[in-house]
Amino acid sequence: MKRRKPENIIPRVKALLAHSTMKDAEFELEWASVYTFACLRMDRFRHGRVIFAGDSAHGVSPFGARGANSGVQDAENLAWKLAAVVAGEAPDALLDSYADEREYAADENIRNSTRATDFITPKSEISCLFRDAVLELSKTQLFARTLVNSGRLSVPATLHGSTLNTPDAESFAGRMVPGAAASDAPITRPDGSAGWLLRELGTGFTALITEGSESEALARSIQVLDGLGTPVKVLRLRIGPRHRRYRPHRQRRRADAALRPAPWQRLPVPPRPARLRTLAQADRRPGQERRQARLGHRLKESRSWN
Amino acid sequence: MELITTPHLESPDDFYEALIETHSDLDNAESHALNARLVLLLANHIGSLDVLQQALQAARGGAR
Repeated sequence: MKRRKPENIIPRVKALLAHSTMKDAEFELEWASVYTFACLRMDRFRHGRVIFAGDSAHGVSPFGARGANSGVQDAENLAWKLAAVVAGEAPDALLDSYADEREYAADENIRNSTRATDFITPKSEISCLFRDAVLELSKTQLFARTLVNSGRLSVPATLHGSTLNTPDAESFAGRMVPGAAASDAPITRPDGSAGWLLRELGTGFTALITEGSESEALARSIQVLDGLGTPVKVLRLRIGPRHRRYRPHRQRRRADAALRPAPWQRLPVPPRPARLRTLAQADRRPGQERRQARLGHRLKESRSWN
Repeated sequence: MELITTPHLESPDDFYEALIETHSDLDNAESHALNARLVLLLANHIGSLDVLQQALQAARGGAR
């Protein structure tokens, strides 16, 4: 390959350095190869007793820090499920949900990564034309800067179609839909001290119940689950007026913290200790109030049954 | 919202003349680049992805 020859590479490196603070730096060429972007994934991440994660399951181009992030997210998704199945606390089918969820997330990563790759290395003349037009306009037009795609920062996938989701009985707007990673929110504890919602969650299942006419009945029904061997921490929340305008800038912590209403409804044997948080909606507030309930919380009571 | 395809231009002839005039003295490559910038500016003005997709389809309809 012509491009691998040192006499071709060194002038290019010098030209790049000339525009930087390292323009007089001395360097030696140690190694040269041609890197090509590739986005690909296995059709299925689970093959019976063999489960694939990270780079063995999917590959993305490096824009957006998606490779390492998604590898850690794979492991986190799999860890509690594997532990539950190995301990006999959940059926083998729970492992299929790992594959379904992470295949979906890999597609999302690949889609974002491919978009960045196509912007950086346009595949056609017209693609190059528009890329250059975007760059030219971005010097003076703010809107064009939103189109400059040098890689979008990886954010947790919202697992819309997960088999662990149960349908929403009521429609509500906002990001905290079943399958979304839980966003953090400021809370006031019963003793008046300030805290953050995610830190109040248990290491197993947590049910969040917003205060309303049915919240007592719901809390009682969760006790029944506890009797079946699924420890559930229950957090009861009241909306605080001072939180109404609060908007989290972005999700602070992913964990494998997808919001899923009552996943045990789908599983013959409920998984036990799980980094899974469950949002249980007790009342029937209209969508608007409901969203506020998810953004700003007042913690009324915290109980744990174990 | 529906893409407006019924007559909507304030002054069609003036617009058309201005469009051609904008390209004066440019070679083909420069004109293509101008058109690309124009599409992006207009797309941002429209904003709605749904309307833009209708426009993309309508424009594509004239091609193979």
